[in-house]
Amino acid sequence: MIWNDDFETLPREAIESLQLRRLQQTVERVYATVPFYRDSFDRAGVKPRDIKCLADLKRLPFTLKKDMRENYPYGLFAVPLEQIVRIHASSGTTGKPTVVGYTKRDIETWTELMARSFYAAGAHKGDVIHNAYGYGLFTGGLGAHYGAERIGASVIPMSGGNTKKQLMIMQDFGSTVLTCTPSYSLFLAEVAAEEGIDIRKLNLKVGILGAEPWSEKMRQEIEAKLNIKAIDIYGLSEILGPGVGIECIEAQNGLHVWEDHFLLEIIDPDTQEVLPDGEKGELVITTITKEGIPLIRYRTRDITRLTREPCICGRTHARIDRLSGRSDDMLIIRGVNVFPSQIESVLFNIKGIEPHYQLLVDREGTLDTLEVLVEVDEQTFSDEVRKLQQLSGLIQKQIKDLLGVTCKVRLVEPKTLARSEGKAQRVIDKRGNIST
Amino acid sequence: MKVEQISIFIENKSGRLAEVSGVLGEANVNIRALSLADTSDFGILRLIVDDSEKALNVLREGHFTVNKTEVIGVEVPDSPGGLSSILKILDNNQINVEYMYAFVERSGSNAVIIFRFDNIDQAIKVLLNNGVNILDGEKITSI
Repeated sequence: MIWNDDFETLPREAIESLQLRRLQQTVERVYATVPFYRDSFDRAGVKPRDIKCLADLKRLPFTLKKDMRENYPYGLFAVPLEQIVRIHASSGTTGKPTVVGYTKRDIETWTELMARSFYAAGAHKGDVIHNAYGYGLFTGGLGAHYGAERIGASVIPMSGGNTKKQLMIMQDFGSTVLTCTPSYSLFLAEVAAEEGIDIRKLNLKVGILGAEPWSEKMRQEIEAKLNIKAIDIYGLSEILGPGVGIECIEAQNGLHVWEDHFLLEIIDPDTQEVLPDGEKGELVITTITKEGIPLIRYRTRDITRLTREPCICGRTHARIDRLSGRSDDMLIIRGVNVFPSQIESVLFNIKGIEPHYQLLVDREGTLDTLEVLVEVDEQTFSDEVRKLQQLSGLIQKQIKDLLGVTCKVRLVEPKTLARSEGKAQRVIDKRGNIST
Repeated sequence: MKVEQISIFIENKSGRLAEVSGVLGEANVNIRALSLADTSDFGILRLIVDDSEKALNVLREGHFTVNKTEVIGVEVPDSPGGLSSILKILDNNQINVEYMYAFVERSGSNAVIIFRFDNIDQAIKVLLNNGVNILDGEKITSI
């Protein structure tokens, strides 16, 4: 079912003329109201009036996550704070989060796009939506919540954690739609099995899963273990939150991105050249309706492909492939953004620890695991086991405090972690199979 | 009175212990006593050798993480209850033992217990006051 027929099935030419008009308005507005954009456009020698067609988009400079951090917290807002009705934030690399502000209309847009996404995933009025995305600064919980209410479904604002209670509610309330990370859905299935609950027999029919990369193989596993359709949803807080794109339940083949609100480009992350449709590269998104914090050519670091081929569901909006990785070193562990540099900063602050470390990311059963290998030197080494265990406990605690992720710390001998001339291999991600 | 003990950090991977003993053997360092403390991830090998300076040097050259601590060796009659009498003395005087290990003298009827204390000087005082025989460093390294 389609939530908004008028917009979701617009002919391509109509989408494109709408996009151009909205792009021109956005560019005018950010140039006039956001000093960061005025400076970056001026440096690039481009004025708002130079944007005469969609192809002119590539004349505009990129916006990076770094730019958001450097303008922390409100520097990129295009409206006075009094027009901002909601502020969300995502984890950042230096302990400072990336801040996004929403006007009343932005919340309305987000709600509309989440409503479209729920419909695309096969959820509608009469469904009981079990929302296990975290509520709080993270956009997942509230984003899904508003969209779920909009379509007239009954929302259970579960938030994350407390798995046994989640299962009880799921059974007793008859949840039909589950929204959470893919790994958490498998974890629910695992705990259900331990508790003697046959999760396949519950009312669940669809899982709307996102906030971390997952593979086609994992989808099959989720669908088999929970007896549901597992739908991939895409979003990032900088752009909106969940609901930027979603698979349709009809095809489950690529995620429709709502092109009446976003412009999509795929670039070569190294040369920054725009690539033709069908080629794999970094997804770049320009928001064309956002008021609070419009982003011009935002480099998502997500690697994917773009197709504008028609889809069997009838929607005319472009589709991106399931994400196949990130162009920088950011890790997503159990839905949390983790940068190696954050872990580095923890280690640097602990006296006597060598700044040589390695992160091993893996998936044990259904949950992501993070193991931090740290070199012990002569200053930190002790002949007493207790003292070394205190050291690894301290590292573990500080990482947990900063990132909210529990890791395992393994002390290793000095000089055993590979050094390299250029970029050290700080991360070994064994989860694999993230791409299709 | 104190004895030098060498500790070596050992990652849990196969062959690592053999490498340590190989390095020492090649340098002609003789191991007098040893104990290995292990956890699931790493181990700490503690050694008393005949030439600790040399041992430290060759191990460092071999990129091992080492350090040096002071322990004491106590002579205990090699008979039932021998260890217990010493532990009682320590306990009565609230001396905390970090760890200990034992070996039997090549000749004679005594065992030697190596003790690692938090406060070694206090421990020595208590043991001497109670008539316990603490061995010289010399004597232990040349056993």
